[in-house]
Amino acid sequence: MLLSRHADSLFWLARYMERAENTARVLETASRLASVPNGTSGARNEWEAAVDATGALDLFKSLYDEATPRTVVDFLAFSPNNPSSIRSCFEMGRNNARSVRTALTIDMWETINSSWLELRRFQTGKMTRQELNGFINWVKEASLRFDGSAYRTMLRNDAYYFLRLGSYIERADFTARILDARSSLFDPTRETISGSLEYYQLSSLLRCVSALTSYHWVYRESLRPHLIADLMILREQMPRSLAHCYENITRFLDSLARDYGRQGPAQRSARATYGRLQNADYAALTDAGLDEFLAGFLADNGRLGAAIADQYLG
Amino acid sequence: MAGPIFDEMSGVDGACRPAYAAIKTWLEDSDPADMKRRQEEAEFLFRRIGITFAVYGDAAAEERIIPFDIVPRVLTSREWADLSDGLTQRVRALNMFLADVYGKGEIVRAGIVPEELIFRNPAFQPAMVGVKLPYDMYVHIAGIDIIRTDDKDFYVLEDNARTPSGVSYMLENRDVMMRLFPDLFAEHQIRPVENYPDELLATLRSLAPRSAPSEPTVALMTPGPLNSAYYEHSFLADRLGVELVEGRDLFVRDNIVYMRTTEGPKRVDVIYRRIDDDFLDPLAFRPDSVLGVPGLMAAYRAGNVTLSNAVGTGVADDKAVYTYMPEIVRFYLGEEPKLKNVPTWRCREPDALKYVLEHLPELVVKEVHGSGGYGMLVGPKADKAQIAAFAEKLKADPAGFIAQPTLALSTSPTFVGEGVAPRHVDLRPFVLSGANKVRIVPGGLTRVALKEGSLVVNSSQGGGTKDTWIIEDPGA
Repeated sequence: MLLSRHADSLFWLARYMERAENTARVLETASRLASVPNGTSGARNEWEAAVDATGALDLFKSLYDEATPRTVVDFLAFSPNNPSSIRSCFEMGRNNARSVRTALTIDMWETINSSWLELRRFQTGKMTRQELNGFINWVKEASLRFDGSAYRTMLRNDAYYFLRLGSYIERADFTARILDARSSLFDPTRETISGSLEYYQLSSLLRCVSALTSYHWVYRESLRPHLIADLMILREQMPRSLAHCYENITRFLDSLARDYGRQGPAQRSARATYGRLQNADYAALTDAGLDEFLAGFLADNGRLGAAIADQYLG
Repeated sequence: MAGPIFDEMSGVDGACRPAYAAIKTWLEDSDPADMKRRQEEAEFLFRRIGITFAVYGDAAAEERIIPFDIVPRVLTSREWADLSDGLTQRVRALNMFLADVYGKGEIVRAGIVPEELIFRNPAFQPAMVGVKLPYDMYVHIAGIDIIRTDDKDFYVLEDNARTPSGVSYMLENRDVMMRLFPDLFAEHQIRPVENYPDELLATLRSLAPRSAPSEPTVALMTPGPLNSAYYEHSFLADRLGVELVEGRDLFVRDNIVYMRTTEGPKRVDVIYRRIDDDFLDPLAFRPDSVLGVPGLMAAYRAGNVTLSNAVGTGVADDKAVYTYMPEIVRFYLGEEPKLKNVPTWRCREPDALKYVLEHLPELVVKEVHGSGGYGMLVGPKADKAQIAAFAEKLKADPAGFIAQPTLALSTSPTFVGEGVAPRHVDLRPFVLSGANKVRIVPGGLTRVALKEGSLVVNSSQGGGTKDTWIIEDPGA
């Protein structure tokens, strides 16, 4: 048993920590792509694409005139006006952690609190490429510490399940969004890659989810768009794939239902989504186009979040 | 009470008191640079653990740590035995006083305490009149502020019978000291304080309503993360193993209190509330309170939930009633008070007011209903303009103030900057009163005024804290 408010704070704490890491990954990708040939001179501005991938382009445009490295780093990393900036995520995460301290282990609290204190080391303004990389690495490490402290010190009970549900729902959302932002690369009429820019874009996409090496282990082939999509959507071995996220979401929701002795709409909804990912192959799943599939998935994922809130967090 | 200042280590003559023998050697053998490092290490630990507090009225410093001093304050078992007897007696009297005030009112009829001090007291809660509480217990957790000016007597400076705070520092200070100075612990026989949460939980459970199950559900109620003592609330809930609830987590149906959980409503039997009376229930008290629970008072009056402390205990701990505590102890217990009161002028009495106005530069004047060191005048530290301004306040509302001599609070060796120097201290032991049993863990929170010469130990006014050791008597 858990206070509903505490369950809500745990769920959101995990989402914010995951979101901070994801935003750092987006920045990393933008920084890499912007430095490859034609990165900024073509029709596509990689920095603007990064903002778009986080779903906050409208907000960005209302705050800045132009997408430059400086404005985008400011917006995605430090801006208090962007509720999904890394700084905002750490702040919201810590606020949630403070209000749910009694449900966290000391290691977890100390991890979150020290990250928050350390964040002050990093300032907005002019960041060299190297400083930006250092910052991105620091964010990823903070997220790893958070994850590791939860994994290693928390009792496996409902508090842990809600925390993990938050992580996986946020992660599934992110993987779907970055695929969606690059969906033009996955035009089914093209089996192979036409140019070097496309190659960079595809490999960056894999790097963004730390899966470039995994790709080669799984497929033992050069990069092919539909295999990349297959990896990120359907392969359960890949820890950031939609299928992997839903395998876990289903498992943790089932654990809750078992402990509480009751099933609900959240369990049914998660199982339905997981079932679709388990039983389909890539071609069948994206029959109506990858865009269409991802839009449907994002909507389902959002509805699941709402169902969990309704069932447990209210 | 004038005269030389009593130092807990050196007495008044500079000779080392036996309790401090090992501490003195340790201080003399330690390198100040190393001490400074340890001090910083301690501060780092406190900040990382998040032992912070908020200072009201200081938005820039949302979270601060209370300065911690690494030199422990030491009392012997014999001193502690006397002190804890006195504390037990005092808190028993406080509880009997409250049961009487909300019951038959015998002390008023006997003419011991003036009627208006009780019934016109803003902390008096008419809603509590005639309410029967389990075991007639009102003050389940008391923090009694103790000072001394020599090696003989302990004085009560203040009774805190509402929601006394600071116990988390008692526990964390011990924890940090053990991490930093394990050798010192090996050299002393120090009585443990770690069992405080167990004693507190046993106390709270013993006071559950009779209708509660044998394993009653206890919850700790906090105003929320913005409250200055939020860290302590979460720390205690954690150590007690109970839910830390806010008002919005609770609701009342048919005079039963429930908390909202992931498995639906769950009944709550005992609420250790760290929220003031006025905010408990918008239906009974302040209608604008968003922190409270509508219907809580009705459930309480119906005897379906225990609130700790009881509602209305504030009538026993204001500074005007304080002055009657010796008479209150005698009236209910037929015993002489074991702890002394600091001599106090009640400004409501014309002769006293006259004396106080004539002697402001040498007195400490406090608001009857104030707390936390706010709104007080420390005569010897104030300039003429401040004294004149305060005199006007005093004349406008004499009954709102009491005055005390500027006490030469004892000092204790304290690490300051580059070395060790005496600083004034007080002590807040925590007294737990359950069904038929009083529990006091040996020790308490020692607060220290870090500024040289300062007598104000409150954390809101720049005070710090120390670990407090009760050690077996040397040679005993």
